Amino acid sequence: MRDILAQPRSMFSGRLRWVLIAIIVVIAPFAMKELELLTNFGLITQVNRALIFVALAQGLNIVVGLAGLLDLGYAAFFAIGAYTFGLLTWPSHDIEMSFFLAIWICALVAAVFGIIIGAPTLRLRGDYLAIVTLAFGEIIPALVRNLGDFTLTFRGRVLIEDYNLTNGSQGLTPLGRPDFSFLENLFGLDKGAFNVGVDPTFWYFAIVITSMIVLFSAIRLNNSRLGRAWKAIREDETAADFMGVDPIRTKLAAFAIGASFSGLAGAVYASMLGAIFPELFKFQVSIFLLIIVVLSGRGSIWGVLIGGIIIATFDGVFLAQVLPDIFNGELLPEYDVQSLRWVFFGIGLIVIMIFRPQGLFPPKSIETKIVPPTTESAEGAPNS
Amino acid sequence: MSIDNQVFIQNVIIGLTVGGYLALIALGYTMVYGIIELINFAHGDLFAFGFFISLTIFAEINPEIPLHGSGLYFTLPAVALLTMLLTGSLNLAIDQIAYKPLRRAPRLAPLLTAVGVSFMLEAIYAIWKGPIQIPYPRYFPKEDYMENEHVISFFSKLGMDITEWRIVSFTTKDLFLFGVTIPLVVLLTLFIDRTRIGKAMRASAQDREAAMMMGINVNRIIATTFFVGGALAGVAGMVWGLYINSGRFTMGFEAGLMAFTSAVLGGIGNIRGAVLGAFIIGMIKAMSDSYIGSEWTRVVIFGILILMLVFRPSGILGSTQSIEKL
Repeated sequence: MRDILAQPRSMFSGRLRWVLIAIIVVIAPFAMKELELLTNFGLITQVNRALIFVALAQGLNIVVGLAGLLDLGYAAFFAIGAYTFGLLTWPSHDIEMSFFLAIWICALVAAVFGIIIGAPTLRLRGDYLAIVTLAFGEIIPALVRNLGDFTLTFRGRVLIEDYNLTNGSQGLTPLGRPDFSFLENLFGLDKGAFNVGVDPTFWYFAIVITSMIVLFSAIRLNNSRLGRAWKAIREDETAADFMGVDPIRTKLAAFAIGASFSGLAGAVYASMLGAIFPELFKFQVSIFLLIIVVLSGRGSIWGVLIGGIIIATFDGVFLAQVLPDIFNGELLPEYDVQSLRWVFFGIGLIVIMIFRPQGLFPPKSIETKIVPPTTESAEGAPNS
Repeated sequence: MSIDNQVFIQNVIIGLTVGGYLALIALGYTMVYGIIELINFAHGDLFAFGFFISLTIFAEINPEIPLHGSGLYFTLPAVALLTMLLTGSLNLAIDQIAYKPLRRAPRLAPLLTAVGVSFMLEAIYAIWKGPIQIPYPRYFPKEDYMENEHVISFFSKLGMDITEWRIVSFTTKDLFLFGVTIPLVVLLTLFIDRTRIGKAMRASAQDREAAMMMGINVNRIIATTFFVGGALAGVAGMVWGLYINSGRFTMGFEAGLMAFTSAVLGGIGNIRGAVLGAFIIGMIKAMSDSYIGSEWTRVVIFGILILMLVFRPSGILGSTQSIEKL
């Protein structure tokens, strides 16, 4: 961990840098509030969303960046996390579990699904794995939509009738929010003093903590034995296998851990929104996350952190608010500028793959190594 | 005939029509995969391009609705040819710009690029025609053969009274769809089996470098493959538009995934396999829509895709490529 932190030693080295970052993180929501008043653009909610996407992208980065497995249906785990949270806290299901317990269960459930989805598919070659994950990514929201009113008959006998698990396309609402009444009791405050509701500043800190948990886990994993095994598999599976790295177990670990990050982020996201719908977990979400990871730099944890914040905020603030504000004033009053969103990201993905396939902030270790593989190196020149 | 049987027959007809247009798209997938081992994620969006561009061409010509006489025998084929030309050229351009620089890159790089192309195209369609359901005027005349007196008298000679089959319908549109898709599929198969270019395609698919050494201009063969694949998807888009009379900017994604499933089912890289797979998927879609519920069709088809890739990745007729890791 030291060597990552110690890159630019010049200005803000060591502890001072961390103190500065901490101060910025703490001040940020209040500064954003002021900016919101000045500019009339929604900032904190968008930054919250961006940080959720950063946490999700860190999970995807483990699968795609570190282990080198292309996952085109990662939103499935996001959906699983969010819907597990929904099922555990939606009042109509009479469970209404506490937020602080439910989020860990969501992470666990997502990890289990990661193994279920990963296990049968890992022997497939990379591009086929991508398609299978895409198919799972499409099946999960379709299941969620269809399980709102589910009737199962078998040979004329009705086994399950009109069972409402997920409330279909209407979605689950309201959902559980963190309950701080124990703090109220502790400090002898009025009831409802810690009623967080939808307060974006509270959620900013909640999400920062979630992202920090995810970020810390990702950094520790990256430098662990498992992290090195992932990278070994990514670079050359056969060689790694011969060196004693079990490819199946290593890949399953990547799927499970990546999914658990997504499950955790999904649960927090669901609680923040207070309502979830199948449409929130469309294919576009998987691709958006993939764009964050690829554009930022596959395998680079800090890159995905910075790139994720930039890309998701760019998407939520610039593309969704600033650009329409500029153009829809007098220039193009009727034009829906936001429809350009996927033109931007589509071209971005193409350009980055052609001109800078390692991404904008690639991890140091592979930065020097990516050379467009020629036929010779692909066939295995004697010295490579 | 009982109602259940009539419903079944009607589903078979629907399944065959769906299979027909899927076959045209699946061929493009399988051909491109056969030669450069790229899952051309954007291929389905060329189908959508065929739909939109033919709609635009028709709107420019502004023929009488429905087409008749010279409109049917001259305008319609001309629009079809122009659509094929434009869609093929678009696919060719996409290949030259987006995929060609990545021919020697790791396999996942062009796949990601193709995802980018797909999203870009869909966004452009949404801007071009609007992100709504687009009506496709009923240019093709519709007449139900089950109400045609010649057909009725023919069947009554066989001792069948088809006027009682109220649920079954087989219209001029169905015939038109078969009349376009089946000859094209046969022509393409002949093209690949019998012509010099087809032989060069097969050689390039087998071993690109060996083909190069034999003097085959592999780059031109790849370009031809993209052009032909695009043209087939384009005409499929037009025919489907004339048949179903509506579509939207995401229609290529849906159709593309179904066609890809077809290609995998038949054995990717395998021309006949793609056609067989398309008709099987068409049948499954029709049956699932009718007997399970259309909201489950996606789950069924993607379930088949997963099961196929996991348990028999080489498909029914066998793939030309190795899909599992060595």
